[in-house]
Parts: sequence; structure tokens; C-alpha cells
Amino acid sequence: MIYIFYLLFFGFLLTAVIGLLASWIDRKVTARVQYRVGPPLLQPLIDIIKLLGKETLVPTGASKTAFLLAPVIGFGSVVVVSTLLWINNINLGQGFMGDIIVALYLLTIPAISVIMGGFASANPFASLGASREMKLVLGYELPFVLAILVPVIKNGYAIKLTDILSFQAQNGVTVANLSGVLALIVALMCTQAKLALVPFDIPEAETEIGGGSIIEYSGAGLAVYRLTKNMLLFTLPFFLMILFMGGLRTDGIHLLNGILKYVGLVALITVIRNTNPRVRIDQAMRFFWGPMTVLAVAAIILAYKGL
Amino acid sequence: MSFKLKALLKSPWVFHLSTGSCNNCDIEILDCLTPRFDIERFGMLLAPSIKHADVLLITGSCNRKSATRLKRLYEQAPKPILVVAIGECSLSRGMFIHSYNCPLPLDKIIPVDVYIPGCPPKPEAIIAGVVKLIGKVKSKTKK
Repeated sequence: MIYIFYLLFFGFLLTAVIGLLASWIDRKVTARVQYRVGPPLLQPLIDIIKLLGKETLVPTGASKTAFLLAPVIGFGSVVVVSTLLWINNINLGQGFMGDIIVALYLLTIPAISVIMGGFASANPFASLGASREMKLVLGYELPFVLAILVPVIKNGYAIKLTDILSFQAQNGVTVANLSGVLALIVALMCTQAKLALVPFDIPEAETEIGGGSIIEYSGAGLAVYRLTKNMLLFTLPFFLMILFMGGLRTDGIHLLNGILKYVGLVALITVIRNTNPRVRIDQAMRFFWGPMTVLAVAAIILAYKGL
Repeated sequence: MSFKLKALLKSPWVFHLSTGSCNNCDIEILDCLTPRFDIERFGMLLAPSIKHADVLLITGSCNRKSATRLKRLYEQAPKPILVVAIGECSLSRGMFIHSYNCPLPLDKIIPVDVYIPGCPPKPEAIIAGVVKLIGKVKSKTKK
């Protein structure tokens, strides 16, 4: 019973509220960077409510089941992974062996749902977006997994999130070491690509292929995709916070510290997004398989040597 | 007023379609998104696809080729959708009224909610027109 409460309250409600707020921060900072005023605080929520009230259209020739199921699969995996992270963060000792690997797998499923929806919608632009997303997943998963290995090595070879958190509480955070800093840089770049934000928004390039794989979605399907993306804007930085910065502690002054860490990460992601042009897919692959992988391997060697 | 419609009026995403205009009206529409006018304050975004849009902005004088496509686009849009005609050409076909290529005015092809005159209309006029559209929808649902 308590797990259903965790799923509904922490996994869905709290993550959605923080994700929508983070998406507002993202839009407002973007507007201020461009000397605009920006949208009001409730705008991301109003967008979702409006989309839920619109008509849902299924294009002719589309695979109906896959088309309607794809957004739900991505949404479900984000809810499950954020529940896992919240449980580990709040009740130390509730995790299970190897939950970091489960989290890694579940964080890939939103990208797979985008690919599935794109190929199911029978639109050339959507297929193009889906194939680009597939290449991008191949690109960023390698350095991301390598970067995640660094906190595992630094925190006494633990593959359990609670062990990593308690080790950091006693021996200082991972990012305080040189290897931790290098790994965090790599993981942030991969986060940018996982969120499909500007230097790596190749799959849904709005000015180029008109939204990519979500071009045919309307109404509730689009609302679920947007909500998934907003929730990922909370879940991914939260995952990095747990691995590299000692998580989010809820007692006293530590809560403020945690909020500052989170807002700082979101602001960093937004600033990267606003100061870069979109790269081509081959440039993105070269970037991830070249400098980022080298940096991640160097971080692993440094961590192994104890730096 | 229903909750759904209230949310729609607070975040109308626009999609602009040129049915053979000289592009001046399109440039003025895009000017509304610039820092000087910034319609994202009111929750308006430029939608990349008609499937995401709530407001259809139409410019140009519906010629024989684009009229069929315009009708198809209107049928593809998820309802409820609001239609705004921008510029002299889409209001009355402008200087092309006697042309062999412009058989019908826009409002004989699809229902139009608001007309914004001008050649091209200023961004202020476009924003004023959208405000009138919101007022019209509000007063229509009150009755």
C-alpha cells in the first residue's frame, strides 16, 4: 500500500509539480536572455490542461495501437524511475541491489517511446526525427554509462543508490574530486541530449523538421509527451544530484542547499541551451564518441587511482 | 465559461499559413514574437505543425492551388480551432479581386472568426485583433 502512495505522490504528483516549475524557470530564463518578459508562472500547467481538452487525431495509415501507446510508455517509465529515486532519497536503506542499473535502463525508455511514436505516425518528418533520435541514443548512452561508473568507483564500488548516498554523507560528495568534476561535465552533456535541448535538439528541430517525431500528435498524446519532458527536466538533474552531489536532504538547512543545487543545475542546462546553435547529427555523434568518451575514460582512470 | 475553453484562451498556439501572400503579413506575424512585442507573455507560441495549433492565422488571397490545401489543412486541425484572417488579401482578395486565379474570398471556403485589415497590419493591430477574438469567444459562451 505504501508503495502505491509513493508511486502516486512522489513519483507522479511531486515530480510533475517540480517539473512544471522547472519548465517555467527554463522558459523564463530563456525569455530574459532574449530581452523578453516571458510567460506567467502557471503557463506550463495551462498548456497541459489545454492540450488535454483538445481533439486527439490518429493519422490515416498510422499504426493506431503503437501511436497511442507510445506516449504512455514513456510517461510510465518516468513515473517509475522518479519513484525509485525519491524512495532512495527519503528512506535510506529501502533500495535493492543494482537499482542504479534499473534507473539507467528506465531513463532510456522515454527516448524509445519517442522513436516508437515517430515511426508509428506514418509521417516522413516523424520518421526522420525518430531515426535521428535513434542515432542520438547510440551516441550518448556510451559516455553516459561511463560517466556513471565514476561515482560507483568513488563510493566504494556500490551499485545501490542508498549506499552511494550514505557513503557521500560520510566521506564528502563525489564532485569534490577531480574525477567527479570530469564525470559531471560528461553527464551534463548527455543530460542535455537526453532532454533534447538545443545543442542536441536534432530529433525535434522545430525550424527544420517541424517538431520531428511529435509532429502528428495532438490533444492528449501531445500533453503526455510534454508532461513527460517536463518531468524528465526534474528526474535527470535529480539523478545527477544523487550520484554526484549527495542528493536532496529534507532536514533543516540542507533542504535549502538541495534546492540551490537543483536550481543551479537547471539554470546551467538552460544557459547551455540558450548560448549554442543546433549541431548536425554527425557532429553530435563525433562529439559524444570522441571528446566525451575520452573524458569519461580519463575520469574512470583517475577515480581508479583514487583522485 | 468552461474550464477547457479558459485554458485554451490562456495558451493559444498559433500556426500561420500563407495562401499566396506577398510575405509582408507573414513577416509582421513573426514580428509579434520578437522582444518588442513578445506574445509569449500571453502564452502564445508558434506551433510547428497544424496538429499542435489552436489558432490558424491565414494570409494571402486564396488562389486556385492553395484553396484546396487550405480546406484540407482546416479539416486536419484538432477542434476547437479559431481562424483569423490577416491582411487585405485574405479579407477581400485586395487588388487580386478581378483576377482569374482568385475565385472565392477566404470566408466562403472556411469559417473565419476575426478579420484584421491592413496591408500589412502592424503587429499592434494583430495583437489587438487576437484580444478581440478572445473577447468574442468569451462573450459567445456567456449567453
